[in-house]
Amino acid sequence: MLDQDKADDIFQRIKKFSTADETEVLFYGGKSALTRFANNTIHQNVAEENYVVSVRTAFGGRTARATTNKFDDESLKRAVQSSESLAKVQHPDPDLLPMPRPEQAGEAAVGGGRSTSLPSRHFEETAAITPEPRAEGVRKIVGIAERHKLTTAGVFASGESFEGIFNSRGLSRWHTQTSAEVSVTMLAADSSGWQKASSPDVTKVDPVRLAEIAATKAVESAHPREIPAGKYTVILEPAAALDIVGFMFWDYSGVAILDQRSFLTGRIGSKLFGENVTIWDDVTHPLQAGTPFDGEGVSRERVGLVENGVVKRVVYARATAERMRRSEYQDKVGPIAATGHGFPLPNEMGEVPLNIVFAPVNDAQTVEQMIASTERGVLVTRLWYIREVEPFEKMLTGMTRDGTFLIENGRVQGGVRNFRFNESLIHMLSNVESMSIPMRAAGEESFEMVVPAMKVRDFNFTEVTKF
Amino acid sequence: MKDVAFWALNTAAIRGASYADARIADDRSRALSTKNGKVGSASDAESFGIGVRVIANGAWGYAASDDLSRAAVEATAARAVDIAKASAKVKQHDIQLAPEKAVTAEWATPVQIDPFATSVEQNIELLLKIDSELRSVSGVTLAETNMNFRREEQWFASSEGASIHQTKYTTGAGYAAYAFAGNEIQKRSYPSSYGGQWQNKGYELVHELKLVENARRVGEEAVALLKADQGPEGVFDIILEGSQLGLQIHESVGHPIELDRALGMEANFAGTSFLTLDKLRTLRYGSELVNVVADARQEHGPGLGTFGFDEEGVPAQCTPIITNGLFTGYLSSRETAHTIGLNRSGGTLRAEGWNRLPIIRMTNVSILPGEKPLTCEQLIADTDDGIYMETNRSWSIDDKRYNFQFGCELGWEIKHGKRTRMLKNPSYSGITTEFWNSMDAICSRDEWVLWGIPHCGKGQPQQVMGTGHGAAPSRFRNIKVGSAYKGT
Repeated sequence: MLDQDKADDIFQRIKKFSTADETEVLFYGGKSALTRFANNTIHQNVAEENYVVSVRTAFGGRTARATTNKFDDESLKRAVQSSESLAKVQHPDPDLLPMPRPEQAGEAAVGGGRSTSLPSRHFEETAAITPEPRAEGVRKIVGIAERHKLTTAGVFASGESFEGIFNSRGLSRWHTQTSAEVSVTMLAADSSGWQKASSPDVTKVDPVRLAEIAATKAVESAHPREIPAGKYTVILEPAAALDIVGFMFWDYSGVAILDQRSFLTGRIGSKLFGENVTIWDDVTHPLQAGTPFDGEGVSRERVGLVENGVVKRVVYARATAERMRRSEYQDKVGPIAATGHGFPLPNEMGEVPLNIVFAPVNDAQTVEQMIASTERGVLVTRLWYIREVEPFEKMLTGMTRDGTFLIENGRVQGGVRNFRFNESLIHMLSNVESMSIPMRAAGEESFEMVVPAMKVRDFNFTEVTKF
Repeated sequence: MKDVAFWALNTAAIRGASYADARIADDRSRALSTKNGKVGSASDAESFGIGVRVIANGAWGYAASDDLSRAAVEATAARAVDIAKASAKVKQHDIQLAPEKAVTAEWATPVQIDPFATSVEQNIELLLKIDSELRSVSGVTLAETNMNFRREEQWFASSEGASIHQTKYTTGAGYAAYAFAGNEIQKRSYPSSYGGQWQNKGYELVHELKLVENARRVGEEAVALLKADQGPEGVFDIILEGSQLGLQIHESVGHPIELDRALGMEANFAGTSFLTLDKLRTLRYGSELVNVVADARQEHGPGLGTFGFDEEGVPAQCTPIITNGLFTGYLSSRETAHTIGLNRSGGTLRAEGWNRLPIIRMTNVSILPGEKPLTCEQLIADTDDGIYMETNRSWSIDDKRYNFQFGCELGWEIKHGKRTRMLKNPSYSGITTEFWNSMDAICSRDEWVLWGIPHCGKGQPQQVMGTGHGAAPSRFRNIKVGSAYKGT
């Protein structure tokens, strides 16, 4: 794999080709592999190796980017020239800042504290996985399916990747990590169950345990009955909670406020959610993963987004923070400072918090305790095809999937047909009756988070589907 | 490139593959955008590499690399064979491919103006002119524009002797105006949502779209929506404008007819399909007026699903999907064709790039226009009490593709054949087959447009693909409307 020293050599070559005032180079890529199975068979099995270099040049307020996966001099020169020619024809943007010097990239101190040391996210055992152990993991999953007379589908993926950034003001940052992911669906004649887990460390992902839980869900939700749509107390398992709450974090962005497209516009400092909701963005959390610097190389800070239901602040790229300080919102958005959450420049979106961590509550309950305390409700394994219906109340629609159960008198009573929901996230996070201990969860609609299971009252199911 | 492909195919054969193909792809793209009077992004990207797909011990393996040196290509092919042999340890049966004549061919998108040869400066000026028009409307709080080009050159070779060189061009352009006031955000997009209109064309598409000419109207509509009445809740006749119908086709016809979904191969992520194999040629999918084809041929039009050959060397074809309302066809591949009694693939295997395994994807899944002359205005005049809905704002459907809900940017109440008042937040929902069976009118060829959806996600690792959908405004009777806001 490409390492920081080799990347630095390439950066020095690129600098020689550049005529720009400033030059920045991103490196990313690595090795990845994914074994996919369905109908109790490995039907797709892929591996990829790809390394990418992305050049940004800047001329006095004008900037552009060109990207290639070819590292010969001719290709690098072409990338530099493309970037320069795209930049030169623009009008100068007074908001574009000079590229950060190393001390600027690491000194974006904000309320909530500086980033602390990052746990290792590179594991040799994970990097060394070959197709055989992935196939062996799948074989065990298929064995569990066959034992329960079920059909299984899913993935076992692993990879080793890096991200690096260099700029002509002396910045040089590098991050490597590994990844492992197992996702399992178990299918019966009229029901299904699902589980998914991911970690930088493959030893933390247990295909057998996931398969057993998914199989149990498929068996126990068999012969689903139809119950009417309406408002129910729901228990959202962590993956379901993750996939729905994930839709709001794109709004925790300084640019989103300045663009007046965030549901937090005019609401920062207000109590939008229940007292029990406290949310951080924290790349250093032991259950998190990802790169500890942003698209300009600035260190990601630990940022408190919500405290006891009150929205405290949003995150900022460097230029966004400068714009916000000059804007009409400067006194209405809490602390304003670069937090290290920017996308690579140039971009329209600004920044986003990607390492969400829900704070644990004192009276955490297990999902089993939540069920036991529910007179009538619905247990939701997974949500699907979530989309925003209305942006300011953060009204979302979507479906339940792969394990939806009726709860009555404190017990799971069997499977029910899947529901469509139309629910405001503001409403939902104001109605959380109890939470589990937060855990690393993975879904399909949002990025991985550290999030609890949630018991929510008056969750709005509006329709029932045919299965 | 023939030498590079030969290195891969030869190594695969030596290592024990019974079948192999190699795709070498050189992909180039440009993205320009503006936001509120400034350039939002300006970027070029290129990606070059090889993907080698093999069958060994009766199972699939796929490996891809950005390194096209001989040693790396041979190592990649060897890796693909090793992966296939690992796959074979968990299989129920051996892979069998439907026969396909191996051809040597050249194909390229017909392009009048190479988009990469156009002036970046002039393109940015055009976007900023649109931006200026949008923001000249009082109340527009955010204006976004975009222009995108892509060129994919690909060399395909197989162990059966195929050798195909193909070059595809894609152009996309569009914009959106937002209006924020009080506790409400409204949006209008042009020509469609999600980046506008996209086709396999050159820069001539940008000229055809009349982007500047429509900007002020679009801005005015965004602001007017703030004061419009809320779309009602109840059961109504609805007329869907073409781009919204295109997305309706995509979600409730295009995805369920993917044979890999119907066979359970996508069960873990994208889901399965209500179209179990017993429904082929037995299910009444829609009314007699519903005729849908999956057509990748150039004569269908410059859709995002138009090509010469798919990514396993099968020529572009037209497959009847719904014929006078009857379900008549799936999207298939060489591996899956036999499951529905076909002796040849329908030619729908596509990949996002060299580093992704080709999977079954929509081509141009289009509803054919009505045969009787009918304009949209005539259709509205023929509707006594209904709602006209335009431009998608939200979309969601279950994992078997039964229950859907769509929101649109703008609606019009129709009373006694006339548009009476603007409606905001219109939405509708239903069950796929019930919905298509309620269609009682579709406009004719003059109103038919081949819309492009550039960002369809499917597969693990996920792949993004462009699909085409020809559609004309159509009417549906007794549709559930407004339940998105029910109980809130």
